[in-house]
Amino acid sequence: MHIMEGFLPVKHAIGWSIASAPFVAYGLYSINKKIKEKPEQRMLLGVAAAFTFVLSALKMPSVTGSCSHPTGTGLGAILFGPAAMAPIGMVVLLFQAILLAHGGLTTLGANIFSMAIVGPFAATAIYRLARTARTPFGISVFLAASVADLLTYVTTSAQLALAFPDPAGGFTASFAKFAAVFALTQIPLAITEGFLTVIIFNSLARFNPRELNELNVVTAREVEA
Amino acid sequence: MKRYQNMLMMTAVVLLLAIPLFMIRKPAPGTDGKEVKIFQGADDQTKDVIGKLAPGYKPWFKPIMEPPSGEIGSLLFALQAALGAGFIGYYLGISVTRAKIRRELDKGAEC
Repeated sequence: MHIMEGFLPVKHAIGWSIASAPFVAYGLYSINKKIKEKPEQRMLLGVAAAFTFVLSALKMPSVTGSCSHPTGTGLGAILFGPAAMAPIGMVVLLFQAILLAHGGLTTLGANIFSMAIVGPFAATAIYRLARTARTPFGISVFLAASVADLLTYVTTSAQLALAFPDPAGGFTASFAKFAAVFALTQIPLAITEGFLTVIIFNSLARFNPRELNELNVVTAREVEA
Repeated sequence: MKRYQNMLMMTAVVLLLAIPLFMIRKPAPGTDGKEVKIFQGADDQTKDVIGKLAPGYKPWFKPIMEPPSGEIGSLLFALQAALGAGFIGYYLGISVTRAKIRRELDKGAEC
């Protein structure tokens, strides 16, 4: 989902940066506040960041014959809320933009918006909805993580379509073209991300039930079970 | 049951990643003799789409640093994954040991 360096017109690059900035700022504030209240959660925050690091480094083959990578933002969003993932995603994107020429500084704002804002907010919303509807823990996590992954790439397609509308069909036709590259490739990878997130959540729920309960991720009854 | 579930999901992940590798066959070189490349990054493919939609568009900014070769690129990606995986492993290791000690303490308290 990385839009490459210089591949967004100046106005779009600036616009997306301005759109992302308040989320990153609020995210930093919310992380600081959480760590101050419960310093013991610091390690778990590290795990959320590490998970994003791993998953976004793994470029996986897809049925469309091209490669793409998951985002790993679902875990942190469910654990710490969507805001916390904005600065974490930014660190990952900066690492790749500066060292790997993957993504870029001019497109950083747009890439933060798709991967570290839309994805995490979708993950949290879906998780909460699913839990309210009494969906089992594992299925809720799976849905949240995989839909967040997919929506990240849909967002990227929309961002590119806004910047490069089709001369004939406008935004819609252009969106269809970008989505054919991004979103289709991403479907199996989104499912993979969903499974991987449930696997790590299962381990956390087994060995760190108290932490998860403190974060209101699982109920006390599920901790005992 | 939980462990069983994780194994099943790991298998599904491996299958999801392996199936495309067998499914997609490299097409024969076109008339211009150029080899068709498969499993390219989706990020790079957008370059072609943009080229078709806006043929006059020139990127206005170049990456400040580019990995000098594909090898160095994979080195950095591997480093990124290793750092993350290392930390997750460290944390799970701590958690498993802590859970074990907690259980033993509980047992000791009972007798």
